[in-house]
Amino acid sequence: MITVQDMQNQSIADLFEQYPFLPGFFEENTLQVNGQINEKLIDYLKFLDDEEEAENRAIDKDQFLNSMTIYISQMLEFLGEDEHDGVYSISILPGTNKSGEAEQFGELKISKSEIVCIVGPTGSGKSRLLADIEWVAQNDTPTSRTILVNEEMGDKKWRVSSGHKLVAQLSQNMNFVMDLSVYEFLELHAQSRLVEDIEGVIAKIIEEANKLAGEKFELTTPITSLSGGQSRALMIADTAILSKSPIILIDEIENAGIDRKKALDLLIGEEKIVLMATHDPMLALMGDKRIVIKNGGIHKVIETSDEERKLLVDLERMDAVVQNMRTRLRNGEIIKKEDIGF
Amino acid sequence: MNLVTVSGPPSSGKTAVILKTIDSLQKRGLEVGVVKFDCLYTDDDILYEKAGIKVKKGLSGSLCPDHYFVSNIEEVTQWGIKEGFDLLITESAGLCNRCSPYVKSITAVCVIDNLSGINTPKKIGPMLKSADIVIITKGDIVSQAEREVFASRVNQVNPGASIMHINGLTGQGAYELSTLLYDEKVEIKTLVGEKLRFSMPSALCSYCLGETRIGESYQMGNVRKIDMSDKKDEK
Repeated sequence: MITVQDMQNQSIADLFEQYPFLPGFFEENTLQVNGQINEKLIDYLKFLDDEEEAENRAIDKDQFLNSMTIYISQMLEFLGEDEHDGVYSISILPGTNKSGEAEQFGELKISKSEIVCIVGPTGSGKSRLLADIEWVAQNDTPTSRTILVNEEMGDKKWRVSSGHKLVAQLSQNMNFVMDLSVYEFLELHAQSRLVEDIEGVIAKIIEEANKLAGEKFELTTPITSLSGGQSRALMIADTAILSKSPIILIDEIENAGIDRKKALDLLIGEEKIVLMATHDPMLALMGDKRIVIKNGGIHKVIETSDEERKLLVDLERMDAVVQNMRTRLRNGEIIKKEDIGF
Repeated sequence: MNLVTVSGPPSSGKTAVILKTIDSLQKRGLEVGVVKFDCLYTDDDILYEKAGIKVKKGLSGSLCPDHYFVSNIEEVTQWGIKEGFDLLITESAGLCNRCSPYVKSITAVCVIDNLSGINTPKKIGPMLKSADIVIITKGDIVSQAEREVFASRVNQVNPGASIMHINGLTGQGAYELSTLLYDEKVEIKTLVGEKLRFSMPSALCSYCLGETRIGESYQMGNVRKIDMSDKKDEK
């Protein structure tokens, strides 16, 4: 148990050595230590005893010490988690639709590396289902659904802590807004996740992203000048490899100018649970199951049939034709009748 | 009556988040009112009225909005009690980063958006650092990585807060927030004698009193100068 008492009597240098993430915390709280690194924390913070100084800096000494103690506990817990603490499945237990009628399905369990598609018209309740999962609903949301994590009642830590988010999202509307190069951007994300081998992770992400993108890009490219397809490819590779969230929600990522099949393979390969809201036949049939949403409730759960799987082969062939034409157009070639191939 | 103070930089999505949250509260049969504080102009009161929510607005004009807020909060509370609300929400824009509008015993919510840049959490003072709940908005238009980095920066300046993502357009997350705002066991009758969580920005100089001329001889009271010498500032 870490206490404010223990912390404040140690020197800053000792604290920084024990907790390598602490310099970042001081930095973010606008405290510079410079020449005072060997002072005890409590002595260093004495300048805040001056009321005017504390008000000018808008830092409360006790509040800072409390925050620091909470932060250290959070980070130690975060670093102490290993693979075995991970999420290997979530289960949805039925609730009711907007009219209050019971949903017609038993327990729906979704495991790691499984793809489940969500279909239904706009406004039918897709967002509510995702919100239920993200909130680990325990019969306490408007749908009365219950979400189990690893077949047990979910821990409420998933609800409001920044380090434990069940769901990562990828959608068509997303953009990069930071003014950074691809390298700087990935470095920043890796640092925030306290990754040890930052170089290795960055190399892996750029390699995977370039496999998905139609046109290759470099680590020095500014993220805001990436094309739509390149951005999507980088977001998917980054989310697959660097995001800690065990569930990835993909929202309508059709026509994104990327290799969608490889993108899904990458996510599954990284052992994510994939939920995909889509009406694209090729993507929908790649899923193991699909959830049909109607009137705010889960209307049906359909297993992808063998016939559908066979159709998928034809769909992939058609898709390959279009992709091939896209590449030829990009290279300045002429499209011919025989390019259709059937 | 329960009372909640919501604060955050201009255009961060406070009104959208509150509207969606009240929608969930009303479905539980709770009577909710809003008092909107702003500086020169707001027409958010019309948005609340359209949604059938009782609302009052206050414009601080030439006064510090924080000081205006704290000078009026008791009257606002009494209005809410008189109207018979179960929950009263005050909404105020944090117009300077030193704003400090929270009262110790009152649930404090800060709304901040993903588009404001990752250095923003560091720049905002008590309004973010001493909030109980931090709502991050506009997550639907930035990448997952930027969302994660932004949330981790918020966590660094306020590790004790509950951090939630809300989409002000679709309302995703608003129901969940609504469950944290109302506690039937809480009964606020007055704020007299309560204390702020942190002192407010202070100023009392000739310019506060309407002076417009520039020059040292016109400056009186609480005046501070930039250090223009070459030596480096230590802290």
